[in-house]
Order: sequence, then C-alpha cells, then structure tokens
Amino acid sequence: MNDTQSQSALRPDTENQVLDAVQWAISEQTPIEIRGHGSKQDIGRPMQVADCLDLSSLSGITLYEPEELVLSAKAGTGLDEIESLLAQNNQELQFEPMDYRPLLGRQDCGRGTIGGVLATNLSGPRRIKSGAARDHILGIRAVTGRGDIIKSGGRVVKNVTGYDLSRGLSGSWGTLAAFTEVTFKVLPCAETQASLIVSGLNDADAADIMARSMGSDAEVSSAAHLPESVRGRFIEGELPRGSATVLRIEGFGPSVDYRLGKLKQSFGEIAPCTRLDPQASVQLWREIRDVEPFCDGTSRPVWRVSVAPGVGHMLVAALRLQTGVDAFYDWQGGLVWLRMEADAEAELVRSAIRALGGGHATLIRTDGTTRNMVPVFEPQNAALSALSNRLKQQFDPGYILNPARMSTDL
Amino acid sequence: MTSPKMPDPHDEVMQRRAIIVSDLKAMVPGEGVVDATNEMRAFETDGLTAYRQLPLVVVLPQTVEQVSKVLKYCNANNIRVVPRGSGTSLSGGALPLEDAVLLVLSRFNRVLDIDYDNRVAVVQPGVTNLGISNAVASRGFYYAPDPSSQIACSIGGNVAENAGGVHCLKYGLTTNNVLGLQMVLITGEVIRLGGKHLDSEGYDILGLMTGSEGLLAVVTEVTVRILQKPETARAMLVGFPSSEEAGQCVADIIGAGIIPGGIEMMDKLAIQAAEDFVHAGYPLDVEALLIVELDGPEAEVGFLIDQVVEIAERNGASMSRVSGSEEERQTFWAGRKAAFPAVGRISPDYYCMDGTIPRKALPQVLAGMRRMSEKYGLAVANVFHAGDGNLHPLILYDANIPGELEKAEDFGNDILRLCVEVGGVLTGEHGVGVEKRDLMPAMFNKEDLDQQIRIKCAFDTQHLLNPGKVFPQLHRCAEMGRMHISKGQVPFPDIPRF
Repeated sequence: MNDTQSQSALRPDTENQVLDAVQWAISEQTPIEIRGHGSKQDIGRPMQVADCLDLSSLSGITLYEPEELVLSAKAGTGLDEIESLLAQNNQELQFEPMDYRPLLGRQDCGRGTIGGVLATNLSGPRRIKSGAARDHILGIRAVTGRGDIIKSGGRVVKNVTGYDLSRGLSGSWGTLAAFTEVTFKVLPCAETQASLIVSGLNDADAADIMARSMGSDAEVSSAAHLPESVRGRFIEGELPRGSATVLRIEGFGPSVDYRLGKLKQSFGEIAPCTRLDPQASVQLWREIRDVEPFCDGTSRPVWRVSVAPGVGHMLVAALRLQTGVDAFYDWQGGLVWLRMEADAEAELVRSAIRALGGGHATLIRTDGTTRNMVPVFEPQNAALSALSNRLKQQFDPGYILNPARMSTDL
Repeated sequence: MTSPKMPDPHDEVMQRRAIIVSDLKAMVPGEGVVDATNEMRAFETDGLTAYRQLPLVVVLPQTVEQVSKVLKYCNANNIRVVPRGSGTSLSGGALPLEDAVLLVLSRFNRVLDIDYDNRVAVVQPGVTNLGISNAVASRGFYYAPDPSSQIACSIGGNVAENAGGVHCLKYGLTTNNVLGLQMVLITGEVIRLGGKHLDSEGYDILGLMTGSEGLLAVVTEVTVRILQKPETARAMLVGFPSSEEAGQCVADIIGAGIIPGGIEMMDKLAIQAAEDFVHAGYPLDVEALLIVELDGPEAEVGFLIDQVVEIAERNGASMSRVSGSEEERQTFWAGRKAAFPAVGRISPDYYCMDGTIPRKALPQVLAGMRRMSEKYGLAVANVFHAGDGNLHPLILYDANIPGELEKAEDFGNDILRLCVEVGGVLTGEHGVGVEKRDLMPAMFNKEDLDQQIRIKCAFDTQHLLNPGKVFPQLHRCAEMGRMHISKGQVPFPDIPRF
C-alpha cells in the first residue's frame, strides 16, 4: 500500500546531522519525507518526494527518572524499547499508544518511534480518562522547516513559560518540524485491572450504559461497545454471546473489586454481566486499541471517527441506511471505527458527522489512488484552514517537510 | 515595582481617542464602553497590583458579533487590544496599555449547555472557574482545575494562562480539561476549535491557544470536561524535622505508585503564618508540613492512607494526622489556601514567585533560597505544590523602605534563574505576562523565541493583541519571515545514506 516513493534515505544519528539535512533540503528546494519506523507511512496523502529523512538511528533514552515520573528520548527511539524500560519500573505511557501495523498490514517494520507517537498524537482506549500523547508531553526539541533547532517546554509537569509548542506540534504529522528529542510524563502502572462485560445491548442502550458508567464515581478508565457483528473477532471468540459493552476498571486490587461490584449492581438488572479477569481484560483492550476486527489483510476503507460520545451510535445508524458498513465503538462511543464494504464514501461519512454536531473523520486505511483523491484528514472551513496554512508558512515556508501529507495546502 | 518598559504608545491612536471612543460606542451600545478616567480606575491593574496603567478606553462587549466588530475595527485602525477576564493574573497579563482598548469579557457570563451524558459543559469565558463547578454540583459533578483564585478567576482567563491548582498531578491542567473553544482573531474572523469530541482534526491549535496569554486570539466560548466527584476524599497532615525528609517522603509516595489528589508542602514560616491566621491545627514544632489528599472509593482511600503513613514514618515524620470528617479535611486545606493572605499579615508586602523544579532539586533550591535570603536581608516563606514541583516562594518586604522593593525583585529573579539552572522553568502556573517577560532569555535562546513570535505572526501580523507581554521584544513579522538559507548554498550533508 506504500505509495510514497522516496528514492533514498538520509539517516542522521545526531541532532546536528538532522539540522544539516534539513538545511540542505531547504537550499536545494527539495521536499523530504520524515520517517521513523515507517509504521504509519501509509496514512495521509501520498507525497511526491525524492528524499527521505530517516530518523530511526537518532535513538536512545537520554533521561529516565522514575521517581520524577519523567522520560526523555531521542525522537527515533523505538516505542518498544521505551515501554519495556518503563515496565521494568512498573511504569507506562498512560495514554497507551495504539499500534497501526496490524490494521495497515505492515508487520514488516518496527512498532514505531516515540517521535512518531507525538507527531501523530497517538492514544488508546484510555483516551477518555487519561488523554492522548499531547496530554503527556512535557517538552520537545525539533528542527523546523526553516532550518532552525528549537526547543519548547521542559521536563516538569507544570510549565506555562511561553507558547505550548510541544502540544502545538503534536499531531502535525511532520509537516511543521522534525522532532529530535521528546520528554514525556510517565506514570505508575495500575496494580491490576478487570472489565465488566454487559451483554446483549443494542447500540443505543449501550451508549446509555457507557454514559452512566463514565459519569459515575466508579472511575471507569475505558468504555467500548462491540456489536454482535464484531464480538466474535475479539479474544478468540471468548466473549459471552450477544453484543459486548465493556467497562474497564483499573487500580489497587480491593478498589477494583469494589468499583466493579458497584457497576455490576447498577447494570445487572438490565442485562447479563460478566467479569473478565486481568489477563483477558488486558488482551481485550489491546485488541480494541489496535482495531482487531478490521485487521483483515485487505485494503477495504477504514475510518477513524471522533464525535461526541452520545452520538456515535446515531452516526452508524444513519450510515447503515445508505451503505454497507461494519462498526464498533471505543471512548464511550465517541471513537467510531468504520469499515466500509466497498467505497470510502467520504462525503457521506463527513456529512453525517456534520449533521450530528461535528467531529472529524480520518481515512486510516484505503488504497493509494483513493488517498490521492479523497482528503484523508477532515477538511477545515476557510478561516481555520487559512490559519493552519499561515502556521505552516511560519514553520516551513518552502514546503520542505512532508509536503501535502495532511492536506494539499500544508 | 520597577516599571516594566512597555511598547511606545502610538501617538496617532492617542490623538484619535475621541473618535475611537465614539466608534466603539456605536459598536457596543448601552453600558458597554467606559471612557471616564474615574470609572476606568477599576481596570488599571490586575492581580499584580504593583503595576498600574489606565487604558485608552474600556470596552465590555456582550456578543460574539460585538467582539468581532471591535477587533476588526482595531485591526483596520492599528489600535492595540488588551483582553481581560476577571483581572486576577499574578503576572500582569491583563495590565492595560496607554494606547490600547481594554477588552473586558466579564459580561460573557452565561453557562450555555451542560451535557452530563457527554460529561462536558459549554460556557462563556466570563464564567468563573468555581461557577462551573457550582453549575454542575447538583448532579455530583465538578470542574477539576482549581487555581487558588477560583472564586473570582474566569474560565477564559484560565485558558489564556493554562491555569493549574492543587489537583493538577492527578487531574491535569486547564489544557487537559478543555475540549473546545470559539475564538475571534484580530481580523474579526470567528473560529471554532474542537467541541464535545476529542482530538483535533488538524494542527493542535487548541493546545497552542491554551496558555497563550491573550496574544493570539480572544476566546468567546469554552467547552470543558466535567468529572464526577470522587466517592470520598481524606486529607492528612504529616510533619517533618527537615524539608529534605519531607521531599523524600513525596518522592517515595509517588515511587510507590500512589498519585494523590493533592500533595502540598509548607515551610516553617508559612506554617506559622497560616496557623496564626486560620487555626487549622498545624504543628508548630516542625520544619516542613505535608498536606496529602487521597480521593476515590472509601476502600481505596483507607488502603492508601495506611501506605502513606508507613512511608512517612520511614522518612522520619514527627507527626501525622488523618482527617476524621469532611469538616476537618476542609480545615486542613483552609490553612494552605489562606497561606498568601496569612503571609500578608506578617509583612507589609510580599512578592509571590512561581518557578517549577524537578522535585529532587528541592533541597538544593531551598538551600539556595536560604543563602539569597541572607544576602538580600529579606525573609522568604515557602508553599509548594510538592507533587508537581511548583514552588511559590513568598518574599517578604516593605515597599515603604527605600530600595527594598527592588531588592525583593532581584531576589525573585535570582530564585527563578536558579529554578531554570536545576532543570526547571520560570513559571508553573502564573504566566509570564509583564513580570517575567525580561527573564525569558534565561530559558530560551533567540531561535526558540523567534519561532514563538512567528506563531504570533500567524495569528496577528501587526502585533496588536496584548503587546508588551511574554516576549522581551517583538520583531516585525516581515523581518521574522525572512529565510537565512538561500538556494544552492548548503552542501550535501555528510550523513549516512541508504
């Protein structure tokens, strides 16, 4: 599915070499693709670039102080390496960055780099309680498309000194600057977890149960709804019969038992409830995170849609009247994963979102031709798009970095 | 204090004042324009009362359309604009300029939508921080960030300053709790960012806006996350013979995987002042006091308190006491929350600093402050958001003694430089504003600052919104845009190629 064809790769292993490479590209007026492991290379508009800036050798954890809850790493450091070091100290990146490889059929590359995590603002099922990469970033160093090394933020949690560029550059998909080093807040892993499965609810009733659980004091960390059509594709078909509405509880053992019991008491009369033990719960949420039911080895279009949690099921109901679509919900219903049976149907999906109060849809998986024809990222209105373009000009006036990956004018 | 150098007033704007006032009155009718000197006095300063300046004119719009018209007019006529919420900034963020319209958002005071299913509230920027929590309290919800000024400060101001509070470590800052904004650019364009859904569809402009101190755009609507209150919350007091031991106790609590709802430290002088003022029952024979709050289900809170007590004992705690009732919990906090006014009672004036440091640097920074205190001959009381390393040293001085105020300022600047030296930052939650503007080069080099100014240029090419704040100098956008690399000038880099 890789349509971005860069001829050759520059592989710097120091920040100064990144600077040299970007300055050279500016001077040659030759656009470059910024790449880590290439695990998300197939997302976004295909780029017409001759050269690639491969940051995977700009690697290494530069600071880790568990008691201070802080970790810094060069941007090309593998996420696997970081997560395994954190795990040795019983800590984690609490936003549980997802792995796009299974969905995109890219098992041939690394899990992704920490710079890529921030550049794409990754998150996971805990997004609704704990935020995304942008909520945990503390500081960055980067080389802009103007050929300058800049820094922002620092290594402390509370910091309002200057504009928050660390967040401002998160999710910019390498179109403004190439990160060279990032500093994240890390947190202790929960002692244990369990999930409550409420079975057999339709999408609308599930939305109601998820809203009630998230609005309770049970501190639910994730809430997903897996309709009957996808239920069997999770944890080797071990989920109970009927649709599964899944509520995750994490924390200290006695607290998890107590809170899960409280939820069971509230919902037990409405539908059958089952408790998933920690091991199965961990596996299930990993599969929800990585969109397991749609990891089918095809290039059938998959949309990642973010809407207000309460309207996710209405979106799917509206689409089903007009096209063939399979769907499941994370983030209390606010993250809808859609697999289209045939065409991407971008206008249909996006107008349905607008009709329900707004949000955005990203065409995560499709074939290369479609990625050239259909805006992969949600198009913006004129004023916002002009502002985004002005920001691009201030960071990368020559359109050197990942040109047009997010949209034709960025 | 030593008056900061503000941008030179535009003479032609000053000369056109009468016309400008009358034009503004046409745009914002009724009580919306205040131009009499005696009435403008109420707006001449913010929470940093040492600096005062009357604005050109005060405008209090009531609709987004009015805000848009006023900004568009100012942009077209090269008139500066200083936005203001409740005016509680501790860094002079809302300090007026002689030639600028002061745009006050206090009449934007309505809660527009409370959506419990999606756990959000949509409010106008003039609603107070506590006002949001009050509006959702009947259903057991609240808004988590809780700056000390929460009774008065506005949510629009919280967004501008990325306000914090005592619960940040567990519940995040403003930037983690805001989902959407409506904002008006200096051109008058109205833009919506985010909403009830999560994440941005493009660049994270919401992230850039939060903490931008009124320099990028004027916020006219805010969508915030609301949370269900924890089942229970209990606080404990733990006293230590030294601040080093208290600091180690904090590190050990967090190291044990416990993230308290709040964890605060006070030094002897602050403890004494607070106890004298509110009689919170603080021990007077300790050098450092921790207030640790744990929240969540009863079973969890009980379990964690036992662990914290054990950790405290291991670290040489000389006393610990757990709140037995909600009333007692509130009393424990009352002393901490009144720490600033309490210090105000023992000294004619005090100067509140706001640096953040890596927690492990606490002993070094406290020792540094003791040395500085001797050098300057001024006492310092310390309150400290211990969980996230945010220090609030209060320097005691008397403005009536010639030279003492300048000494306090120099002392404060030395503390902030030390914070940066040990890996920390100039300001954790109060903002740069006017106060720390000239210290920015201690943390950022020219490239860093220039790129920040370029962001300003993407929003406001003429530097009309809140100039004189945050940046020591604002260069013209045309200058900032120039590239220093020309075509064909840089040789092919000597880098591994594959």
